[in-house]
Amino acid sequence: MAIKHYEVVFIVTPVLSDSETTETIAKFEGLLKGADADVYHSEDMGLRKLAYPIDKKSTGHYHLFEFKADPSIIAKFEIELKRDENILRFLTVSLDKHGVDFNARRRNGEWAKKSETEEKSA
Amino acid sequence: MSLQNEPINRRQERTKKYCRFTKYGVKYIDYKDPEFLLKFLNEQGKILPRRITGNSQKFQKKIARSVKRARQLALLPYVADGLK
Repeated sequence: MAIKHYEVVFIVTPVLSDSETTETIAKFEGLLKGADADVYHSEDMGLRKLAYPIDKKSTGHYHLFEFKADPSIIAKFEIELKRDENILRFLTVSLDKHGVDFNARRRNGEWAKKSETEEKSA
Repeated sequence: MSLQNEPINRRQERTKKYCRFTKYGVKYIDYKDPEFLLKFLNEQGKILPRRITGNSQKFQKKIARSVKRARQLALLPYVADGLK
């Protein structure tokens, strides 16, 4: 099947120490790479306050992966995320061409330009 | 800032509603940006109708999808009290 662009965001439980968090993230990156996925961007979105409590936690470590992969590996990867007790939530999204373009621009820090347009329209 | 493009004073001339995404050529709406999505919610965290935001149908659908994704990731609440 054709290779598609994906992005996955997951929330790691805040009770882990820094090294354990990095380990969990590295584990999933390893899983993706092991399944022949091309992880071209990995971003730590930091410890954030959740909008509502999940598992009695009010904060969580957000992490983002952008990758190119065959659609068949997604289900397996999601099962691994589900099985891991340290993951509070995750969301995998397949990106269309606009999404890919947007993410590339976001990585290159074109935010200032975009917020200007937003202000004008507001 | 008001999302209501029409004046409250009806005697004033109405400004035409427009879709901000079509107008400024925004193609993709990021679900990871809750502050932006907040513009399309009311105080209880409900999605505002197209009637009020003036979005085109294409982008209203994209907004709705992004808001729902953001809710799933706890970036936006499902129910809120005085969100703004």
